[in-house]
Parts: sequence; C-alpha cells; structure tokens
Amino acid sequence: MSEIRLMKGNEAIGEAAILCGADAYYAYPITPQSEIVEYLTLQQPEKRTGMVVLQAESEVASINMVYGAAAGGKRSFTTSSSPGMSLMQEGLSYIAGAELPCVVVNVVRGGPGLGTIQPSQADYFQTVKGGGHGDYKLITLAPASVQEMADFVPLAFELAFKYRNPAMILTDGVIGQMMEKVQFPEQTPRLTDEEITEKYPWATFGRKGGRERNIITSLNLKSELQEQFNIKLQAKYREVEKNEVRYEKIQCDDAEYLFVAYGSSARTCQKTIELARAEGIKVGLLRPITLYPYPYKAIDDMTSQVKGILSVEMSAGQMVEDVRLAVNGKVKVEHYGRMGGMVSSPGEILEALKTKIIEG
Amino acid sequence: MTEEIIIAGFGGQGVLSMGKILAYSGIMQDQEVSWMPSYGPEMRGGTANVTVIVSDERISSPLLTDYDTAIILNQQSMDKFESTVKPGGTLLYDPNGIIKHPTRTDINIYKVAAAKEAADMGNPRGFNMIVLGAYLKVKPIVKMENVSKGLKKSLPERHHHTIPMNEKAFARGLEIVEAI
Repeated sequence: MSEIRLMKGNEAIGEAAILCGADAYYAYPITPQSEIVEYLTLQQPEKRTGMVVLQAESEVASINMVYGAAAGGKRSFTTSSSPGMSLMQEGLSYIAGAELPCVVVNVVRGGPGLGTIQPSQADYFQTVKGGGHGDYKLITLAPASVQEMADFVPLAFELAFKYRNPAMILTDGVIGQMMEKVQFPEQTPRLTDEEITEKYPWATFGRKGGRERNIITSLNLKSELQEQFNIKLQAKYREVEKNEVRYEKIQCDDAEYLFVAYGSSARTCQKTIELARAEGIKVGLLRPITLYPYPYKAIDDMTSQVKGILSVEMSAGQMVEDVRLAVNGKVKVEHYGRMGGMVSSPGEILEALKTKIIEG
Repeated sequence: MTEEIIIAGFGGQGVLSMGKILAYSGIMQDQEVSWMPSYGPEMRGGTANVTVIVSDERISSPLLTDYDTAIILNQQSMDKFESTVKPGGTLLYDPNGIIKHPTRTDINIYKVAAAKEAADMGNPRGFNMIVLGAYLKVKPIVKMENVSKGLKKSLPERHHHTIPMNEKAFARGLEIVEAI
C-alpha cells in the first residue's frame, strides 16, 4: 500500500483508475464530478501507464467512446453527474445489450432537470431500475468514504469483466467533494494486446489466425433469437444476485430499530446512531454496498429483531421501495430524506425515527 | 478526542487551505480526519466554508449542524454560525469587518486581528496561518511539529519556498490571540 494521502473522493477515483491499469477514460466536465476530469488531465496518465484521457464533446460521445473501447476488450470508463448521466442512458442500454464490460461513475446532484449542483441520491431509480430501455441491470456499488471510492474502482472493473456487464459507482456530491485519508495499492500494469486476446476471446481485436469473426452488437431482428438472448442475460443476472450482494451492518447486534442507508446518508446515520444511543434508543444501520444486487435477504433477516425500519436517502423515497420489498409488510418501513441538494442532518433523522417509527 | 470545526469566511481568504493544513496535521499524528467544503458558486466570490473533523476514532458524518469550534472570518459567517457552536464550545473570530460582535455567554470567545497583522507583516497571504496559529493556541489539538509537517504535505512543491513565511505567520497567531 502507498503512504496515507489526503484526497477528495473524486480525485481518489482518478488515481485508483490509473493504478488498476485502466486503458481509457472519456468524459465531459460537470459539477460535482469535475475533479475527476481535472485530476486525470493533470496527472497525464498517458505518460505513467499509456492510459488514454480524452475530454469528449458531450456525455453522449463519452459513453459511446467507452462502448467502442470496451468492444476491443479495453478497460474503459467514464464519469459524470446526474444530467450527464441521463444523456448516457441510451449508451448504457446498448452496452448492456452488447454484453460489454465498462465502469461508469455518477456523482449525483439534485434534480430533476438541470437542478442544482449540491449532493443528492435521487438517481437510485435511474441506476437500479433501468434508466435506459430494455431488461438490463447495472452492477451498482455505493461507496461511503474516500477509501471506498478508491477501492471500488478496481472492484467495479473486476465485476464488469467477470459478468461482461457495465458496472456503476453511484456516489454523490458529499463523498466526491470531501477529503479523507486514503491509501492505494501498487500499480497494476495495463494488459498487453496479447493478454487481452487471450483473456477475452470475445473482444473485437483484429482477426488473427482465421478464427470466426467476433460480432459485437445489441441488434437482433429475429425476436425468437432476441428472446433467447434475454433469457441468457437474465440467467447472468441471477448469478450476479447469487454471488455479489455486499452490505455492512453497524451496531445491529442489540438494535430494536434499524436505519437502511447507503453512501453519504449512511455516514449521517452513523452520527444519528451516536445521538440516539446517548438517549437510550437502540438503533443500528444496515448499509447496502451493492445497490444492484440489493441485500434483500439481509434486510429481511433483521425483521425478526427490529420493530421498525427507517430508510434514509436524499430523495423523495426511492430505495424505500426495495426495503419494503425485502420486508414484505413484516415490520413498519418509512422513508426520510431531504431533496434537491439539501443534506439531511443527524438531528432531523433522529426526529424522523422518533415520529415516523417509534411513536408512529 | 474528537474536534468538530467549521471555518467560514470569504472565498480567497484561504479558508479551505487552512482546513486542509489542519487535516494533514491530524494525519501526521495518526488521527482520523475529514474535510468537507461548501462547494459551488460561492467559491467565485462570496462566502466559503469548510467542516474539518479531527478525531481519535472513525468519523461518522463529515457534515454537521453544530460544532465544537467555529472560526469566523466575516460578518455573513458570524450571522450564520455563531448559533451553531455547542454550549461550552469555542468561537474564534477576526474583528476585521465585523459589525455585530458575538453575544453568546455560554461559549468561549476569542479574537485574533489576523487581517491587520498580516498587512502589518507585509504578508497578506499569511492571513490564514495567523488564524490557524491562534486557533491551535486556544485548542492545541495537534502538535506544532505536526503542523509544520502538515503544511509541507498540503502545499505543492512549487510553493515550498513560502513555508518559512507561513511558519512565521503561524507563530505570530500564537502570540496575538486574545480571550474576550
């Protein structure tokens, strides 16, 4: 591991990408993720590892550049914030439909529309329930610290290539803009062209030695075949759901009430737990780390122990629907969250726990 | 030990850099730190603030609504943050440009005439280091040798020639802070 550094979450994403041997980065600046573009431009990784950094003319261009690089078996990624991510939805659906691996980072800001530049978590539905068209899923990781911003970049690439599917790092303006301690692993070399040919036989990397052509497309005009493809895709998603659920439980052992929160809201809930426990309220936190696949079972398992669950998210109440699906009516589930770029305070969350769950 | 601090003033006063130096100083003595800026249009002229937490334990929320210490460097920030200091907490301010002085009686109030001192020293950019010196005199949460190390870490190498000037300003801050 490297020495301890003090870095913004956004900068940590950039450094982690270089160090894990990413091949290409295409992006367009937008607050609050612009530090990723700035960091990677200043670092000039083309001199460190040969990685390409290109500021595209738009988000539509960047996601399609990612599509092209991914088709060649390259580790490519892009980053944006909410309005830019809306522009990328078509490309993401095509990449999922073409079964290509890539990493996408969304540093979420308040919407809808151009909205505000302050932190939000209101892109949950867009990320885990579609966004683009068709029956596809994005493997979604939700970091809650600068260290996790760094750690999840190589993890996202690993999962993307393991399942040949786009992986999303869904974060927000708090984690992107804050500085914390972070440590990085040693440099992983980028794969050589020979290694890519060997590891990823599906890659369109130039046909050598008379093998069959590799065709990468999401178009299949024969609906019988397209249904077969969808069945195969769904089987892949069942594998993802079986193998890749990740979550963290904090102070759950004696909990009578439970917060479910991810990303920066999980941090605020930890502060709320300190305040609540000082008043004798035994509350814990279940923090989903993967938002797809979602930790339904882990949440359901808590229903035998807790009297009620408060889902906390900077939105009008999106993830709460998945908490309710997990709980299936066994205990009371409510949502609390500020919207449009306002960040919930620990005091407000404690008040919501009391009025909506404990007394409610 | 956990110290939760808000540093608030005008953009350009070095509020964010001061927070960064403090956070790096904490790292130098193996503490947990977080640095969360206000970001956005206010950085282009207007108010800027940063929440810094230095702790012996894992830090929960990087954003807070009340603080152990508020370091206040303009009137707008005084209006916004005087009420957010926890009872028994600390408020440190520079009286330059302050029309309405703090009135609370349940907190410890200190002032440091950093803007005036920086001008007198012919080192206006040393302003934030004077304030940092004043703060660490009142609340010695990090050791002085670690501030030097933190300063060196947080400045890019091309600015390392300014370290002696910054250290001089810091030392002056230690001397001129006054309790109210």
